[in-house]
Amino acid sequence: MLGPIDYGLWCLGFLVEIYVVVCVLRSKSLARYFPLVIYSLCDAVVTFGLYFCVHNFGYTSPRYAYFYYYSDSLLTLLLFWVIIHFYLQTFEEMGASRYIRGAAAILILATVVFSYGVVHQNRTHLTSRFVVELGQNLYFVGVVLTYLLWGAILTLRETRMRLIQLVLALGIYFSADAAAYALRNLFPGLEPNFLRWIPPLMGLWLPVAWAYTMTKVPEDGRLAPSELVVKTQ
Amino acid sequence: MMAALICVISLAVFAQFFVWYCRSILAPTRRVVLSERVREVTGIADQEVAPDDFHRLLQLVRLCPERGDDGSEIRAVGTYYRVLAMLKRMSKMTGPRIARWVDHERQDCSYFAAVALDRRISYSRDLFTQQISDRL
Repeated sequence: MLGPIDYGLWCLGFLVEIYVVVCVLRSKSLARYFPLVIYSLCDAVVTFGLYFCVHNFGYTSPRYAYFYYYSDSLLTLLLFWVIIHFYLQTFEEMGASRYIRGAAAILILATVVFSYGVVHQNRTHLTSRFVVELGQNLYFVGVVLTYLLWGAILTLRETRMRLIQLVLALGIYFSADAAAYALRNLFPGLEPNFLRWIPPLMGLWLPVAWAYTMTKVPEDGRLAPSELVVKTQ
Repeated sequence: MMAALICVISLAVFAQFFVWYCRSILAPTRRVVLSERVREVTGIADQEVAPDDFHRLLQLVRLCPERGDDGSEIRAVGTYYRVLAMLKRMSKMTGPRIARWVDHERQDCSYFAAVALDRRISYSRDLFTQQISDRL
């Protein structure tokens, strides 16, 4: 059963997602953040869809469960597009966009083929365990991609503060969700009281962090990534 | 086995990204030089702020009128400081290198609070000056 906190998180998430889109449009940087805007809009639509499913079919209905897990997987794939766009921005001065696009196309194709294979193999028993495993794998691919991107940012001494903060926010989102899904796989008993809160909280975290960056960090803001690396003497 | 591996790696990556993100919020304030006024108010002798000064400085920040644009940053750094305080309590187990790093981070958080205080003091002075000039 959903409580006021769940509805509050949905409502807040929806509003912040719209706010991110408005921020990008207002700063006239749609071309620079196009995938991010598309993701935010889709996320807002999915949030509304989740509310619609709960309202019409109930929280425990299979329709809600299917909508939740499969829209989550599709949104994760959309986030991969956002990451690829950040890769393009990071490597834009090196003129490596052709290679990145090629690698991205292969990665997305491989993810789609792998996911289709898993779904096809499990089509007779699309259980909750299966969707949890799929979510865990997709989020983990996101963790790896974001970590590699962060490595590239450090190596190339990228100083655009907006890009740095947007990527770091993504890293937090993917790693927290991947850990939550993996923990659900390992300890299903933790789900009702603890783990069920992590995906909605992270779903709120990402637009909030992006909204913060879009509002507070100017487009020409600079930051040396070496300042962020932890040094213990 | 796979889930356990993903869980451990993801938690380790999460901790790293969380620290980097918090440092990205703190980093711009490290370049700001504290004004004479805020050093007088807080009793800070030079540009060095003690790691334990955070809460005291934050209380002073709360006494000043809100600027309306620094609340989210203060909350984020406050969360980071609480996590660091927890690590500090566990530092006997983690060793002196980690303890030194935690203190350095806490010091950065305190410096952030001092900069926030400085900004709020100048904001309230501006408000005061504006009110006086409006009356005249």
